[in-house]
Formats: sequence, structure tokens, C-alpha cells
Amino acid sequence: MGKGSRTKVSTAQNFQLSTFESSSDHFTNSAMKAERQEGLVNKQRYVSKRREDDPGWKEEEPPYYFLFTTYFSYLVLICFGHLRDFFGKRFLSKNYKHLKEQNGYAPLNSDFDNFYVRRLKLRINDCFNRPVTGVPGRKITLLERETKDYCKTFQLTGTTRDCLNLSSYNYLGFAQSEGPCADAVEQTVRKYGISTCSPRAEVGTSNLHLQVESLVAKFVGKPAAMVISMGYATNSTTIPALVSKGCLIISDELNHSSIVFGSRLSGAFIRVFKHNNMTDLESLLKECISQGQPRTHRPWKKIILIVEGLYSMEGSICNLPKIIELKRKYKFYLYVDEAHSIGALGPRGRGVCDYYGIDPNEVDILMGTLTKSFGAAGGYIAANKDIIDHLRLTNHATLYAESITPIVLQQIYTSMSIIMGEDGTNDGQERLERLAFNARYLSTNLRRLGFIVYGDHDSPIIPLLLFNPAKIPAFSRECLKRNLAVVVVAYPATPMISSRARFCISSAHTKEDIDEILKICNEIGEILQLKLSSNKVRYTIEEVLRDGEKNL
Amino acid sequence: METTYPSLSELFVFLNTTLTQISIYYSHIPGSGILIKYIKNSHQDDPFRTILELLLVFFAIIYLFTNKYRTVNKLIELTPQEVEELVDEWQPEPLVPQLSDDDIKEFDKIPIINGPQGSRVKLINGKSLLNISSFDFLGLLSYESTKEKTIKTLREYGVGSCGPPGFYGTIDVHTEFERKISEFLGTEDTILYSQGFSTINSAIPSFCKRGDIIVADEGCNFSIQKGLQISRSIIKWYKHNNMEDLERVLRKIKDEDIETGRRLTRRFIVSEGLFANYGDITPLPKLIELKKKFKYRLILDESLSFGTLGKRGTGLTDYFDIDPNDVDMIVGSMCYSLGSSGGFCSGSFEITEHQRISGPAYCYSASLPAMLAVAATESLKLLKQNPGLPLALKYNTALFKQLLNNIKYLLLNGSQDSPVIHLRIDEEIVRVGDISDKEKCLQDVVDEATNNGILLTRAKYNRSQELFNIEPSIRICINASFTKKEIEKVASVIKNAAAKVLRNRVH
Repeated sequence: MGKGSRTKVSTAQNFQLSTFESSSDHFTNSAMKAERQEGLVNKQRYVSKRREDDPGWKEEEPPYYFLFTTYFSYLVLICFGHLRDFFGKRFLSKNYKHLKEQNGYAPLNSDFDNFYVRRLKLRINDCFNRPVTGVPGRKITLLERETKDYCKTFQLTGTTRDCLNLSSYNYLGFAQSEGPCADAVEQTVRKYGISTCSPRAEVGTSNLHLQVESLVAKFVGKPAAMVISMGYATNSTTIPALVSKGCLIISDELNHSSIVFGSRLSGAFIRVFKHNNMTDLESLLKECISQGQPRTHRPWKKIILIVEGLYSMEGSICNLPKIIELKRKYKFYLYVDEAHSIGALGPRGRGVCDYYGIDPNEVDILMGTLTKSFGAAGGYIAANKDIIDHLRLTNHATLYAESITPIVLQQIYTSMSIIMGEDGTNDGQERLERLAFNARYLSTNLRRLGFIVYGDHDSPIIPLLLFNPAKIPAFSRECLKRNLAVVVVAYPATPMISSRARFCISSAHTKEDIDEILKICNEIGEILQLKLSSNKVRYTIEEVLRDGEKNL
Repeated sequence: METTYPSLSELFVFLNTTLTQISIYYSHIPGSGILIKYIKNSHQDDPFRTILELLLVFFAIIYLFTNKYRTVNKLIELTPQEVEELVDEWQPEPLVPQLSDDDIKEFDKIPIINGPQGSRVKLINGKSLLNISSFDFLGLLSYESTKEKTIKTLREYGVGSCGPPGFYGTIDVHTEFERKISEFLGTEDTILYSQGFSTINSAIPSFCKRGDIIVADEGCNFSIQKGLQISRSIIKWYKHNNMEDLERVLRKIKDEDIETGRRLTRRFIVSEGLFANYGDITPLPKLIELKKKFKYRLILDESLSFGTLGKRGTGLTDYFDIDPNDVDMIVGSMCYSLGSSGGFCSGSFEITEHQRISGPAYCYSASLPAMLAVAATESLKLLKQNPGLPLALKYNTALFKQLLNNIKYLLLNGSQDSPVIHLRIDEEIVRVGDISDKEKCLQDVVDEATNNGILLTRAKYNRSQELFNIEPSIRICINASFTKKEIEKVASVIKNAAAKVLRNRVH
């Protein structure tokens, strides 16, 4: 945000905005379709926009055999775990000391809570918390480690391994150590220093904060916005500032931990509806409004519905049009957490509203994180000015937490300007369209290969279902062997049955990268029997590599 | 009659054959004989038992087919039409209340700094001020060497970490910082969080669950209060910094234990090293004695005391010369003395490893940007290399307090060595009304000081959510990098400002 760069932005703005419109016109649906039919699209671009023929989001069940073996595997694991505990506690009691009362102190972990960690997670610990170094960009550098005591402790070997990165939330490829963002950040470090050492409400506000906040507001299409130094804290400190006792929070069952944390702190009554299930939501709304508060049956002071734009474990996009319809009828306030969707969805990267073509003013509060698409840190809240003003006076983070640091602010400012095309280039738009293509290309072709993939077709988060517990570490290790860094998730982050590998695609990936990923997945899928989809249309890997781009 | 008789016999024949058929089929099922035998035997032994078992089977069937038990209170039966009406009638309150004039004034008073933060700042209106309000106690913020190091980090790591620590977000610079800080504090291990405020309110609920007992100081900061609230444990408060009261509370719990015979659950004492809201120091030796006597674990928030107290600046354990391992969890912040951002929790391996799996703000949040971790590591290095820094801070604090010793109208709150000083209105001399009136008075003092070149701030609170009433105050944070002259200027400006604003309010 040095003086030079700012003047450049303002001159470029007018010019860019006009070309912006025409370029998005060029990629409208029908044009894409027509070109696709002729087999002309070879630009590897796509526009992230809800299609009318979109089949929507559904969860496919695996064949019963795999359902059974999954449950059976857990049964065996649990039985063996208890068996080992039974003998361990009798013959190797010093290993279990931390679970027992010790000279008058209760154990820090209860035996029961610790069972899962001790007997199930421990043995696959090598798949989690892998240490890294360098930029988490298209590739990621892992520090290799080994274990001598069955994953209890790890020692770094001193070697590194370059892997194709399918794990970082680097949707638009702004995790970079060079380029305009890094250059601007370097200047800011020199000019503004590193931190602010005070909360926003005291002496931690600088002109950078105000500039970034007005840019964020403009970006998401809301009158005002505020930024907070941590994404998690954005939810956990804002929700208690909005609702309190006598209010009702209606929350999707798969909402993020930070929303649950904030909701619990608020003291409001919490009801949960089935994930993305609009019929369940409507009947819950009917029940809650007509019954009023529990016991006293007084009417609710206010009802706030909290949903996420894009769910981080499912890759499912919330059904915003239907929610808006319900909002008109049931008069609740709508809070949309765009942690993953901002920058990652929509023809202009403005999140889930943009994706569906809905006016952002239909949503009362738009929350998002700046960690993901923008390669920075922290989060934002965007809403009407009176709401933001109220939050500035009551939000815990503005009053007590450190304000967001200048270096992070600069990263946000520059990356967001690039996405908006205010830097005078087409770079931002290109990134968006590449991401949209990559997401669609990978998820469609994984489905074609016969994998069970959850989530919407446009989602840059692509969960590939593994089911059996033994396949969790196997998939992760096989991928690592082939220099592919993936995230595997299991219970308790997902339901017991549906453990999965989660791919996060980035605009930094090239088509060749994705072809490589498809090849690797195909290979591992054969070894681990992961192609369980009941879908009749099956492609071989050769067909996918040849025709994968068609009919996306 | 004649017609029914043969048909009845036919029926008997039919029944007989089917029954034989069934029993033949049934005998083919493995284990069927045992079941038959069991029923026969049990009936022979005790015919009443057969009836009982039959009833049990009936009960199971009824249980399975009845509606699910609802945990929500009983609902009032309403017709769909009534529901529609109620839905139409319901009008929500506005999402946020309208701002009052005071609120709007409060906004305008928040200073906006144009340029870098530091001991001298420039406001957006061009005014240059001495800053005695930021938490950068040691003046370590934005050292040139630190800046160069962070730029180097930028060129290797970029800015964001783009992932939580569990999923490829553990960067080598994080582990480096964790190792360095453990070494500095003398603890086994440390875990790094990405925001200071969220550290303790995530660390507490990762250990304390329903049924556990937490004894906490009434003066604890807001973040601790929120951590306690979310843990759902049994919370007992003791009077601020009052060790007799703490002992009384602990004894009472012990008596209750014996009375009710409840099972042993986790017990914690939570306190701050240097209280943000009062600027006083917790009597740690006594606290440790009591904790050991009653077998509690101690969680100590050293956010403010880290870097500012003790000969080496490691905090309260250093100040009182206590083994840091006697404190079970030391929680600190990197956004104060270390001039960066983020927080940490230090303790035994067991403490940190557990948080790596269950600390919500650790597991579900992106890790700290590499640049900020490196900046904190560099500041730590500077602190180690310059043992004079905590000393300079101590000197400046003593000087400031000496200069303000005879201040009228205001009271100096805080321990002797604490660089955090709260200035509160002396109500014996000054006539003031309720809290908002006091805040207005203090804000006038702040404004007057700003006009004279000193940046002050009132301590800001969310008064509707703070559990205990805190008297309004101006919070001063002494900075080690100030010269004697600067300290003198600050003191005289504050004195004059207080006199000017509060003089005409004397009783």
C-alpha cells in the first residue's frame, strides 16, 4: 500500500472495471456450452457459477459389503484396543500412569476419552501434523521424519520431500514468496513494521486497517466490514456480540467448531438441523417460532440462522436460494460463514452469493476468512454499517485481542485488489477461472473413474471416500510415496463410516498436475479397492486423460 | 352343523401337518434344540417365569414401536393453520440495537495511527505523539534486524500458512519458536496458537470438562472468563489476589468432597501473573503452596508478565525465583513484549500434546504466518541478548511512579514493579457519578493529554459481558525504550491534564 502502488490502483480501476464486465460475459453459460459441444474449449478455464442442470449435492452409499467391513474393522480395532488395555494395565502399568489418579491428582485425560487417541489415532499419527517448510503453494516441501516407537514420537531425518500439494487452502494460489503480493508486503514491513501491540479499540488501529476494511466491504458487496486477527476468533467473538439469552441460533449440523464455540458462548438457545436439508430446516423453523422459548413459550427475541457457504469436510455448497426464500417467510437473520467459499466460488470470486447470482444484501451478515483464498490470515465480518458499528463496540476481539498485523493487512489488500482486477491485469480473473476449471475437472473425472466423491461439482474441496479405517493411513502413505500430499480425515471429524481423503484444489495447479493426480488416484484406487461408485458410466484412466475435458 | 364338522377336522389335520412341517424345518436350524430344551426346562421349573419372559418380549416390542423420547420440553399441539398464523405474527427484534450518542462519540475518540506503531506515533490528523499505551513494553517492536529477518522469511515462506497445524500447517519455524521459548522459560514443551486472545480460552476447555472444578481469581481477564464459561466446569471464585480467601474456598471444596463423597475430578486454579485489569502481581509463592497443599493444578496467564517481570524477563516464575515446572501451564502472548502476534502455552509434554489434539483454536484454525513466528523468535533472541531490557523497564516504571507519586485527583493502581498502571479517579477528592460519567471524565483526561502530545487510552471493556464490575481507568504501559526526559514529559502532561479536567469537580 505504498504511495506508488496506490496511485497505480486508482488509475487502473476505471479501465479495468469496464473490461471486467465483458470478460465475464464471454464466459457465460450458454457460450461455454456451445463451445464445448464443438469441442473448442481447450483453454482449461471455467466459470464457477450454478448451472441449471446441476444435479446438486448427494451422498452416495458404498456397497453393503464395504459398509459391513468398515463397521467390522472398527469392531476389531476396538476389541483389540480393549484387550491391549486389559493386559497393559496389569503388566505394563507404568505406561498407563497418566490415566490414573496420581498422589491425589485426577488424570488430565479420562481413560475413556483417551481411548480413541491411544488405540486408533496413535497408530496412524504419521499421517497427521506432518511438518513442512517453505511456501505451501503448488508444491509443498515436507520435512521427512521417522519413528522408532510406533508413532509415539518422531525424529526428523534431515531430508525433505517435494510433494504436489493437495492439502493447503491455497485456492487462488496467493501463497507465494514472490510476485506483487510479496513485493508489497516487503515494502510494508519496512514502512509499517511488524505488529500493532494493542487491540483495535485502544491504540491498535492504523490507516491500513481502514483501507483494508473498505476494500473488503467493496469486495463482498456490503456497506461496511471489519477485520479480525484470527479466522477462528472471527466467529467465536462475533456471535456472542449479536445474540444472547432469549435468542435462538439455528445451526447446520456440520458447522465449523468456531461457530459452535461462539454459539455456546453467546448463551442463546441452539437448535441444529440436518446438513443442508431444507425440509428439516423449514419444519424446525415452524416448530421453533410457533412454540416460542422452551418452558415459558415466550416468543423468541430474534432468530439467527448460521450456515457455511462451502462445507470444509463435505465440499457441499449451501442451498442459498432456498434459504433466502425461507428467510423472507420466517424473518430470521442470516449469517453465512464464507470461510472456504470466499474467493473460491462465483464467477467473480465473491463467494456463494456470487455463485448463485444472489444480491449479497439478502444476507444479513457475511463472514469469511482471509487465510484461505487470499494467502493471508484472519477473518472479516461484512454487514450493514449499523451492525458493524455495533460489533466494533462489543465484539470481544476488537476490545481485547491484538489487531491484525500490517504485513497480513498488506497481503489481503494486494491479493484482493488482484482478484478485483484493480491492479490493471487480468491475473485475478484468470486465477478464478483456472480454479473453477481445476475443481470441476478433478471432481468430475474422479467420479468418472468410479470413486465415490461427495460434494458439489464446482467445489474446490473434493472429498474422496475411503470408508474402511485401514484405508485411511494406506491412502495417505501411498500418496506420499508418489509425492502427493493429501489430507485424510476420519472420525470424529466425520461420521464413523465415512472417513475420507480431502483434496483442496488450487488455481496454481496445472492441468498436467491434475492428470498426474488422477493417475495416482487411479493406481491407488485399484490397489485399495476404492472405486465403489454405483455409477454406470465408468471411464478408464486412458479415456479420462483423453476425454476428461469434455462435458465437464 | 353337519357341514362344519368335516371342515373342522380338515382344519385340525392341516394344522397338525403344518406344525410338524415347521418343527421339522425348525430342527434343521443349528442350535434350535437347545432353545426348545431351554424353554421346556424353564417352564417346568417355574411356569411363572415363562409369563414374565413373555411380558418382557411384549415390552420390548412396545418400546421399539413407540415414538422416540424427546429431550426438548413437551410441545403444545397446534394445527397447521395456527402455526401459519404464529409464523406470520412473529416479529423479531432488530439484529443490533441503535447506537447511542455516547457510542458514536466513543468511535470518534479511537485514535487512528498513520504509519508504524511504536513509542512515537503519528495520527491520521498529522499529530505526532508519544505512545504510552501500546503493550510493546520492551520496545522490541520492529527492530531493524527483526524486519530484515522477517523479509527473508517472506521470501522463503510467503505470508499465510494456508492450513491448520494438523494438515500441513506445522512449519519448521513454528517448532523452532516452540523449542526456543521452552528453553527460555525452562519448561518441557510449548504449543503455539495463532492469536493471543484465543490461547487461554482454548487451553482451558481442552482440559476442563463438565464436573471438573476450577477456582479462579475474580480479577481474571475476559479471555479467561470466556474459557471458563465454555468449559462447563464448576467455577468457584476467590477475591482478587486474596490468598486467605483462596484458602477458604479450597477448604470449603475439600469439606464438600468429604461430605458428599464425590469422586476425584480434575482441579485447577486459574490466575493471571500480572493482571491486565488491575496491574498487580499475583503472590505466586503462596499460590504454589496452596496448590500443592490442596492438590490443584495451576494455570497462569503470563501474557503481560512475560518479558516484563523478572531479571531475565521470563515472567513471574523468574520474579519470585520459582521453578517454572511448579506451574502446570504458563500461557503467554507474543503480541505484547515480543512485538509480534499469536500466543503460546507452555508446560509438560502431556499438557502440550493433549492440546495438539483437543485445543479447539489450535486444531481448527490456520497456524500462525511464518513471518510472525520468526519475528517472535527474533525478539526472543534480542531479549536474551539484552538482559538490560527488563531492567530498563523496571527503572522507567519506578521513575514514572515516583514522578506521579503526588498526583492529585487520580489514584495509581498496580504493584510496585508492574509496568501496567491503571489510573483511576480518586473519589475522595473528585465528585463523579456512575460508570459512564467516570468514563467521560477519564476520556476528557485522555483527550487533554493527546492535545499535549501524549497518546493515552482508557482501558476498554465489554461491560455487559464482563462478570465483575471493573472501575473505569486509564491504562498506562511503560516502555523500556523511553528516555528519562520522555518519562518526565509523560508524567507532567498526565498531571496537568488530570488537574485541568478534574479540578472543577472537587467536592
